[in-house]
Amino acid sequence: MTQAMNSNSTVRWFWFASPQTFFPLAGSIARWCAVGAVLLALAGLYVGLVVAPTDAQQGEVYRIIFIHVPAAWMSMFIYLVMAGWAAIGLAFNTRLSFMMAQALAPTGALFTFIALWTGSLWGRPTWGTYWVWDARLTSELILLFLYLGFMALHAAIDDPRRADRASALLAIVGAVNVPIIYYSVQWWNTLHQGASVSLTRAPSMAATMLTGMLLMALAFWAYSIAAVLVRVRCIIRERE
Amino acid sequence: MLALARTVVHRDLLLALRRRSDVGTALLFFVIVASLFPLGVGAEPNLLRAIAPGVIWVAALLSSMLSLGRLFAADYADGTLEQMLLAAAPLGVVVAAKTFAHWLVSGLPLVAIAPLIALQYDLAPGLYGVLALSLLLGTPVLSLIGAIGAALTLGLRGGGVLLALLVLPLYVPVLILGAGAVEMAGAGLDPEGELLLLGAALVVAAAFSPWAIAAALRISME
Repeated sequence: MTQAMNSNSTVRWFWFASPQTFFPLAGSIARWCAVGAVLLALAGLYVGLVVAPTDAQQGEVYRIIFIHVPAAWMSMFIYLVMAGWAAIGLAFNTRLSFMMAQALAPTGALFTFIALWTGSLWGRPTWGTYWVWDARLTSELILLFLYLGFMALHAAIDDPRRADRASALLAIVGAVNVPIIYYSVQWWNTLHQGASVSLTRAPSMAATMLTGMLLMALAFWAYSIAAVLVRVRCIIRERE
Repeated sequence: MLALARTVVHRDLLLALRRRSDVGTALLFFVIVASLFPLGVGAEPNLLRAIAPGVIWVAALLSSMLSLGRLFAADYADGTLEQMLLAAAPLGVVVAAKTFAHWLVSGLPLVAIAPLIALQYDLAPGLYGVLALSLLLGTPVLSLIGAIGAALTLGLRGGGVLLALLVLPLYVPVLILGAGAVEMAGAGLDPEGELLLLGAALVVAAAFSPWAIAAALRISME
């Protein structure tokens, strides 16, 4: 690793594109991110469950957003990252990119599931029902199906090279479809409240709530990176 | 290029004509699925009238998906597909023509028989035109998207169920727009918006799918 850093002042990306050289780097990044995830999650949960005030309209039940919203963000973002790795893999034919895409899928599916699950727990006291065929819920459910389809296709093909490339193509086709699905479903039916946090206008919530949510989002980021890198290390061990 | 496409379409239609029962099975499946719903939810005319567009569209989705397995399977089994990949002719044109031929024998009959199902569901006569038009615009999109899945799952164990898992989520926008168009017309509104969006989906799918199908075939055959 020192050799990689010293020989050139910039990080040599292609040096780390090889699974062998990436393996130790992934291990140390994963360790730091795992520590970061625990610390951030503890801070986020403290702010969210203890410091943040009770919501005027929804009472205590709103506190589920500290899990729900970051999980929903991650679920969509990870799909894009996965499709991005898949595209890089198909374009440059790098083994590691396909491994990253494969490693991201279970984490993305997990966050999609958490977002759906916590959403339905929140919906019961607030809307009076566990499930409604609302646009956001439905598109999140379809996103879960896309993740499961990706994993199922990868698992069904024995030849790792064909499995990588076939599921990569599927991920890209899915990524093209995600916005279409999102808008068609949204236009079909909407009950979900609008986005609470937006980059273009002032957030419609108390500062402490926002802090808690952002801390949790960072914790989920750190967890995702750690989990994905550990999984990539397993895949490298398995294949190389 | 057009001559090539015509040759492929002609060949596939001829093959389908020799195996007529395959075409009939998918059509029969469509009719049977549509006939099961009244048995399941009850024969209340108002209820049937309300669910008719959705039921017909879901049945069309499933039937079109089931027939996808045949799109490349026979050519894959006898080695024709390999020759198509090796040939100098652009693969995108070949798969586009194959998909079009597949739609002619699996999608177009659905459009033709849908009014019969609509009759069973007592759909208002004024809606037949919108239903047929929405199917006419939507089923080619199903064939184009489905062909990507069929190419990816070529020769896999349990390919049929896997294909459903891959393809059905991608069919959602077509289902929403297609059934939505008929429902809009049923509510006395103008279904033009949905139909135009379906047409847009068809244009986009026709432009990009052949490329993706060809890439998927190359991945599956290497």
